[in-house]
Amino acid sequence: MSTTTALRSRHLLGITDLEPGEIELILETAVAMKEIGTRPIKKVPTMRGRTVINLFMEPSTRTRMSFELAEKRLSADTLGMTTAGSSVSKGETLADTARTLEAMAPDMIVLRHASSGAPHQLARICKASIINAGDGMHEHPTQALLDAFTMIEHKRRLAGLRVAIIGDLVHSRVLRSNALLLVKMGAEVRACGPATLLPPGLDRLGVKVSRSMDDALEGADVVMMLRVQHERMHGLFLPSVREYFTLFGLTPTRLERAAKDVIVMHPGPMNRGVEIDSAVADGPWSVILDQVANGIAVRMAVLYLLAGGEEGER
Amino acid sequence: MGLLLKCGHVVDPVAGRNGAFDILIDGDRIARVGRGVPADGADVLELPASFVVTPGLIDMHVHLREPGQEHKETIATGLDSAVAGGFTAVACMPNTDPINDQAAVTQFILKRAREVGLARVYPIGAVSVGSRGQQITEMGDLRAAGCVAFTDDGRPVLTALLMRRALEYASMFDAPVIDHCEDPSLKGDGVAHEGAVAGLLGLRGIPGAAESVMAERDIAMAELTGGRVHIAHMSARQSLRAVRAGKDHGAPVTCEVTPHHFTLTDAALAERGGYDTNLKMNPPLREAVDRDAMIDGLRDGSIDVIATDHAPHHADEKSLEFDRAPFGIVGLETAVSLCFDRLVHPGVIGLPRLVELLSAAPARILGVPGGTLVEGGPADLTILAPDASVTVHASALRSKSRNTPFDGWTFRGAPAATIVGGRVVFVHESGPAALRSRLGPRTPTNSVAPAGAPGHPRH
Repeated sequence: MSTTTALRSRHLLGITDLEPGEIELILETAVAMKEIGTRPIKKVPTMRGRTVINLFMEPSTRTRMSFELAEKRLSADTLGMTTAGSSVSKGETLADTARTLEAMAPDMIVLRHASSGAPHQLARICKASIINAGDGMHEHPTQALLDAFTMIEHKRRLAGLRVAIIGDLVHSRVLRSNALLLVKMGAEVRACGPATLLPPGLDRLGVKVSRSMDDALEGADVVMMLRVQHERMHGLFLPSVREYFTLFGLTPTRLERAAKDVIVMHPGPMNRGVEIDSAVADGPWSVILDQVANGIAVRMAVLYLLAGGEEGER
Repeated sequence: MGLLLKCGHVVDPVAGRNGAFDILIDGDRIARVGRGVPADGADVLELPASFVVTPGLIDMHVHLREPGQEHKETIATGLDSAVAGGFTAVACMPNTDPINDQAAVTQFILKRAREVGLARVYPIGAVSVGSRGQQITEMGDLRAAGCVAFTDDGRPVLTALLMRRALEYASMFDAPVIDHCEDPSLKGDGVAHEGAVAGLLGLRGIPGAAESVMAERDIAMAELTGGRVHIAHMSARQSLRAVRAGKDHGAPVTCEVTPHHFTLTDAALAERGGYDTNLKMNPPLREAVDRDAMIDGLRDGSIDVIATDHAPHHADEKSLEFDRAPFGIVGLETAVSLCFDRLVHPGVIGLPRLVELLSAAPARILGVPGGTLVEGGPADLTILAPDASVTVHASALRSKSRNTPFDGWTFRGAPAATIVGGRVVFVHESGPAALRSRLGPRTPTNSVAPAGAPGHPRH
């Protein structure tokens, strides 16, 4: 059990800011939250009277729905605002958007934004708690938390786990948050992807960068495949889907190098036949749908803890 | 009536002066420099050795934004900012709206500058029409109108061929071509130095090589043509290496570095909550090894000039998302303090070298008056207070914009007073009190009225 009983910050901007004890606290709280989702009436009054604004300034389906469901199960009043592009496309600065929302006195703002750092800029202006639901190529902390929760469900631990993360590393906020979290919790993180899609500085995070996918898979307990955007496929990053799948696609044959009880994860949405073979996506190793289900519980835990936990009032 | 400055400490490396001297100013000219100069009826002012008197500082890389972007800066506010920073002259970049690619724009800038008074203005004309990289400008006409150099700053000189022709053509007027070195394809949509910090913050990177490949190209073109090329706001260690090699081979290349590039590194991007858009500039803040290389270049003489790349932007523009906010910071009012605090006091350079970097070299490269105190020359002087402690307050800057990363920083060393053409145009609150009575009237900070408006100082 974690000895940490509360989060230090009122925001969740990234895994960077969390201490291991806080990560444990969120993951333990999520266990109780998951139980709520198994009840016939999947709703508790914990956040009754609290207002949460879901500000999604970049297209998202699963993360937005997952947050909405988590908020509703906690009885929060929720508002959604989905805009295409940034504040600029509306002729409004991010600061103005923040102040406008602030005037509605929300308790929390869940922000998805195409620009790295947008939640950090918002947090400097707003009194509300800011939850980062994915910022540009930077972080996606609740994704990393739900991934960790899923790993623990299947592997009973994080420390010592061998986790291979494979795909478009440079553009991936999922990679950054997962690498930060897993290294903090004592896992061994291996990353592998095309040299054109490799961010500088991964080694400083404590991540082992592998040139070969087979090396990265060797004995892995967890394999996490990252999505590769179609627009990267025919330019200067990558020559073709065909070659990408040959070099970095996850197939049952390839997976034989991993540990016998390996689990395969994907943050979605998947590109079948690009980064992952359907035989793997739908195979016995896949925990991809568990990730989706656990996302709700983990987000409930984050909302609950940022709202002040049992005390309720901040 | 003249003014005799009995200076406890004059530093003028070109004239070989570093010690106590008298400077007699008569009208807008220096009448005499020497020891035991008789007052001959002039007012006498004693300046203790705690003040250092130098030839007027010249900032050869400033964006005054007028015409066209007066919400960021005007010639009036920019020059007010310049004199408050100790600069007696600035060279202004052509990326205004319209771009300074024709004599009419040059003449407008100079007319406004004359109306404002304060610091001298040396316009820099565009290399190519519209800075689009297609057709060279009428450099002869621009030169005749008052342009002292040519650049497409804000953008690189697009092709090697354009750089070749620009150097050849500009050499007819003995004007340098200044280049914002950046390979557009390598820069891409990058917003920060390509390194571990940007990698972890998820910011698109601009590698140092994006700058150095262009610097290498420019040096090759300077060698080919014999035309003078000046590398603007150098930031990458690889560029410095190229400049050193070029100089070793006798290529006509000079370069400048900004105070922020010899002070800050990209690590600042992750500090204090992260993503401060006042740390976003182009070229970007680079790694410690690059910053240290710039300091080495300042120390060993490979870097010729310190220039600010003063780039005012409105707070509304800077309050956008990091990747969408414009590049650039203001620099005129913090440059001298950064030079003292980061270079002079730590012993990187001495005072003569400081004056070389901030006055003599820019005057020589641009071919403009000043850079040394000579009898019969313009009475442009800067008085420095090397030990004054100053705290930067963004809200108190005279520039119309407040986009500085140094808000709240305290430095040792500051400009104490600025004299342009014999007129006292700025005295710092800790500056020589006796000069203050000679200070011309000035409307309150940031409300410098249009020329001709009541109460505006007409110099």
